Amino acid sequence: MLEIRNLHAAIDGKEILRGINLTVKKGEVHAIMGPNGSGKSTLAKVLAGHPDYVVTAGEVIFEGRNLLEMAPDVRAREGIFMAFQYPIEVPGVSNAQFLRLAYNEKQKHLGREELDPLEFKDLLKERAKVVEMEASFMTRSVNEGFSGGEKKRNEILQMAVLEPKLAVLDETDSGLDIDALRVVAGGVNQLQGPENAMIVVTHYQRLLNYIVPDFVHVLANGRIAREGGKELALELEEKGYDWIKTENQGSGAVAPAN
Amino acid sequence: MVTELAKPENKYQQAFRALKEVKPTVAWVELVRESAMDRFELLGFPTVHDEEWKYTNLASLAKEDFLPLAQQSELTSADVAGFSFPETSASNVVLVDGLLRTDLSQTKNLAGIVVVDLFDAIADARYSKLVRNYLARNANYHDKGLTALNTAFLQSGVFVLIPKNVKSESPLQITCVASGAEAGRASFPRLLIVAEENSSAQLVESYVSLGNQAYFTNVVVEVVVQDGARLEHTRLQQENAQAFQVASTSVELGRGSSYNSTAINLGAKLARHDISVVMNHEGAECWVDGLYVVGENQHTDTHSVIDHQQAYCNSHQLYKGILDANGRAVFNGKVFVREGAQKTDALQTNKNLLLSPQARVDTKPQLEIYADDVKCAHGAAIGQLDQDQLFYLEARGINPELGKSLLTYGFAEEVIEKIGIESIRTELDKAVMSRLHTRLEQS
Repeated sequence: MLEIRNLHAAIDGKEILRGINLTVKKGEVHAIMGPNGSGKSTLAKVLAGHPDYVVTAGEVIFEGRNLLEMAPDVRAREGIFMAFQYPIEVPGVSNAQFLRLAYNEKQKHLGREELDPLEFKDLLKERAKVVEMEASFMTRSVNEGFSGGEKKRNEILQMAVLEPKLAVLDETDSGLDIDALRVVAGGVNQLQGPENAMIVVTHYQRLLNYIVPDFVHVLANGRIAREGGKELALELEEKGYDWIKTENQGSGAVAPAN
Repeated sequence: MVTELAKPENKYQQAFRALKEVKPTVAWVELVRESAMDRFELLGFPTVHDEEWKYTNLASLAKEDFLPLAQQSELTSADVAGFSFPETSASNVVLVDGLLRTDLSQTKNLAGIVVVDLFDAIADARYSKLVRNYLARNANYHDKGLTALNTAFLQSGVFVLIPKNVKSESPLQITCVASGAEAGRASFPRLLIVAEENSSAQLVESYVSLGNQAYFTNVVVEVVVQDGARLEHTRLQQENAQAFQVASTSVELGRGSSYNSTAINLGAKLARHDISVVMNHEGAECWVDGLYVVGENQHTDTHSVIDHQQAYCNSHQLYKGILDANGRAVFNGKVFVREGAQKTDALQTNKNLLLSPQARVDTKPQLEIYADDVKCAHGAAIGQLDQDQLFYLEARGINPELGKSLLTYGFAEEVIEKIGIESIRTELDKAVMSRLHTRLEQS
């Protein structure tokens, strides 16, 4: 589904990703872990097409097509979804209005039927159950005045409505208390199936107790420093990130800072 | 310079003499008209040398031959039927070119509110005392040339009385139609609204036009909200793209009263709205909000004055502007907190969204405080669409063009949603959308 080859990316002229290689197949859940500044959020944003990041080398193939040539909105309609670490507030635009527009844009793109407000209301009601959201959230402005947990739940609701092929969760666990984490992770698990895939970016192992990954990749200094199964996350939890950093520097795998 | 100024004055003077013959009135009104005309002759149209008119140039208006015409336009109910809203279909008072037209008005459901031609009210023993007490009291024609001009041409208008303790559930609409029958028509709509003690009502003041001709509307509205009364006032300015509109709304608030105003400015080539709220009794509260949307060759100017003269009054003000193409806007908001007006709570915000590099806004919020135990804040912002918001929408599959429209709509919605009448909100949503050339639908 997704093939990342030697991906380099920079922001404000500073290189953050320095050669990422990653293959994600249908039905798989990949966790991307790593210390602060290792480039994990940058990877998520580059996949979504954030305009602040410039890809300086490498390629990303999504479903056989060059992802990097697609505008962010096209990527989304093609089935890539990034759950934001800091969801944005959009005053004056109701959640329902926003979601219906996004949903219909995707339907149109895929040559499928669009839904009128009433039909969409039913769909929304159904999908909102996934994250246990109340109807009152639908008429409120997007994320405006939402608590941290409500914002993250709203991200997962959007994911439930848009049914992406590939979901990239950017530190969805940050700022969540244990109850909210359980709801969010429960929603994510309901949405994971054999036809889609997920990349879960997280700093802590905690989230991976709920969303169990097939593969764990540990980033350090813009490269994948370590890969393994879910047990790697536990090892990290125990030892922290320092041993990876040290090990990596020792092996000379990290390019010198510029 | 002198000849240029003298020309329009002579023209208006002739029309004034003609009016006196056609529409004679009682002595005190005659006196008011006379002295207003004297003031206009002295003051003339304001120029950019006047600090209050620094960014709005009326030279092209002063030069044009706009004149009030004596004869009525031949309109039928069908011509104006589309201007009311479902909520006001049985309570819509229509003025054509500034003159009240009872034949075109719908007054089946006034719910206890008295609506009469202002000139009839002057002559009616039941209302003459009230009118005499309040007419030209808050709208200052001594220092303001345009208010003087409107007052000099007083010959019709609407007197609205919401009697003591009357709580009206259904809104009253006053629609000022520019007939567009011929070019160069000047009209002087005049409204006097008196909400007596403990009454409550919703008022919609709407400006529309039928033709594409250039014309000049000079409006004066005076509002008195007595002790404990509540008034919700929605103002919709949708004049045609050639029109000039200057308007003043002067509001006086009684003890413990509440006044909630939302002014929407979408139309006209040049529009100026002065709104002043005087809080000279304790415990009053007001919301003075507005939205202006300007595009190609449009200029809009709002000057507001919120005057806290007594203690324990609250004022909230939010004006938002959307400027596209070479549109221009001016916002000048003054908040005065007079000596002794302790425990005042005043908030004023003006936010502007520039959609084009040619658009321009001049904003000046001013706060003058002469009391020491008050809570006041004000601020102005001018900006473009937020890139983070735009990316968020794109990341959900919404293309950038559509995303921009959605964000702009959202920006306007913060003001539109304050309006208490649903079908007006819906119509404004549509109007804003169509101005944004979008394919956004209602949801």
